[in-house]
Amino acid sequence: MLEVDAFVAGYGRIPVLHGVSLKAGAGQMITLVGANGAGKSTLLKAIAGVLPARSGRVILEGEDVTSVPVHRRVGKGVVLVPEGRMLFGAMSVDENLTLGAYLRTGGEARREAEAERERVFELFPILARRRTQPAGTLSGGEQQMLAVGRALMSDPKVLLLDEPSLGLAPKVISEIFAVLDRLREGGLTMVLVEQDARLALKHADYGYVMRTGSVALEGSSADLLANDDVRLIYLGAWHGRE
Amino acid sequence: METSELLQLAIAGLKNGSIYALLALGFTIVYAATNVINFAQGEFYMLGGMFAVLAFTQFELPLLVSVPLAVLVVAGIGMLFETLAIRPRKDAEPMALIIITVGGSLVFASLARHAFGSDALPLPEFTAGPSFLFAGAAIERQTVWIWGIVLVTVAGLTFLYSKTRLGRAMRACMQNREAARLMGIDTARVVMISFGLAAALGAVAGVAVTPLTSTRFDIGAGIAVKGFAAAILGGLGSPLAAVAGGLLLGLIEQAVIPFSSALKDVVALGVLLAVLFLRPQGLFRRARREKM
Ligand SMILES: Nc1ncnc2c1ncn2[C@@H]1O[C@H](COP(=O)(O)OP(=O)(O)O)[C@@H](O)[C@H]1O
Ligand SMILES: [Mg+2]
Repeated sequence: MLEVDAFVAGYGRIPVLHGVSLKAGAGQMITLVGANGAGKSTLLKAIAGVLPARSGRVILEGEDVTSVPVHRRVGKGVVLVPEGRMLFGAMSVDENLTLGAYLRTGGEARREAEAERERVFELFPILARRRTQPAGTLSGGEQQMLAVGRALMSDPKVLLLDEPSLGLAPKVISEIFAVLDRLREGGLTMVLVEQDARLALKHADYGYVMRTGSVALEGSSADLLANDDVRLIYLGAWHGRE
Repeated sequence: METSELLQLAIAGLKNGSIYALLALGFTIVYAATNVINFAQGEFYMLGGMFAVLAFTQFELPLLVSVPLAVLVVAGIGMLFETLAIRPRKDAEPMALIIITVGGSLVFASLARHAFGSDALPLPEFTAGPSFLFAGAAIERQTVWIWGIVLVTVAGLTFLYSKTRLGRAMRACMQNREAARLMGIDTARVVMISFGLAAALGAVAGVAVTPLTSTRFDIGAGIAVKGFAAAILGGLGSPLAAVAGGLLLGLIEQAVIPFSSALKDVVALGVLLAVLFLRPQGLFRRARREKM
């Protein structure tokens, strides 16, 4: 479904990604874990097309989309839920969702987008009750739900999620991850970035451990959870937190 | 002073203020999309009048064809200006882009001088006839046109922003350009359209006022100062505040006339400096509130 091949990128002249490769099969949820500053967000931005490639490729369903600009990559189904959510704070919940469906124009696609909106409200019932409220006035958890809902409105084939748990209470986190599980059961391909490696590996099929802009280790979630190095370095801080 | 005289000043203030409002809208729309103050805005005003005169006197088109045609041509020029002069440097500091617009303004003015000469060029009123009398004050027919045009423009913009897909995309770009791109919005196109729209608004103002004042290649700079002052007064945020800023500036100008008519043309500069020093967020916004 999605393939990143020897991707090199950075900000200005500072290189951040040093040849990263990964794969997500159709309907799979993969996760990128690793310390703060390892380059996880940078990699998601590269997949979304926000950040240009110095070299390497991004391949979606066999098609090389490396040079497709962000806004057209959305149309091909690569949709990012960015770090910090980036909602349109002064606009209502409904308008944020409508903007998510910006590219779904014309009679049929529009009707589908309206059905999508109902599905988003079914996944996150609280959003239905906040429809007319400005996004900026929502709680952190509601904002994250809206960010995910808005991305779903774009009809993604691959959903890229950057730390959806950040700053949220455990109860809200499990609510959001329950929805992610449902989306995966529905066949959506996802790339999940998380600080909380244990949480991420519990939900994902396959994981990549990133260290300073490269993949240090990869494997099925079960293998990584059982791996001694991973336990020591990336899961240690989370011991006893369940 | 008599009531009718006061009324006459108010009418003049609201007439000029409407023109400033249209220019202020142009400044505000471009600023919202790019954080750039477009100092070529006054030349779009000048070119609006020029192309209307050209179409009407040289090509002998009817006035009611010449006017919208001129507006469309200037909108095209605005988009071309953005594409050729702004977009290639879009990652530059806003200050660098602002200097480019100052350069653009000089280029437009000198091209206009070569193309149209340096004489003042007249245009007939949109509808001929005597002024209307209202409580002892006279209202020129063209003034009524100007008010009507401003009302229709404001209604049109309100509709654009609140009800259309393009307007929603424009507002999304104002709030967060990167997020807008993640929605699939072609933000470069939105910026280009914003320049076109601002140019069209400048041209509308220029065309509407030319029957009263004529037009000349060098009138852009003077009106730009007033439009800019009005935009700053309105806080460079919401379109409605820009309109209010324009009307207010027009009225303030008339209010000083009884004391010294020579002062009228420095009022805009005075207002500009006063607002920048005392209330940089404009009159109608609380400090640091989000745009739109
Ligand atoms: N906008 C930016 N400009 C310059 N450097 C950046 C920017 N964003 C991130 N970086 C740098 O890139 C590296 C990777 O950052 P990031 O991808 O955000 O890591 P992570 O998401 O894994 O915490 C860090 O060294 C960070 O300082
Ligand atoms: Mg990050």
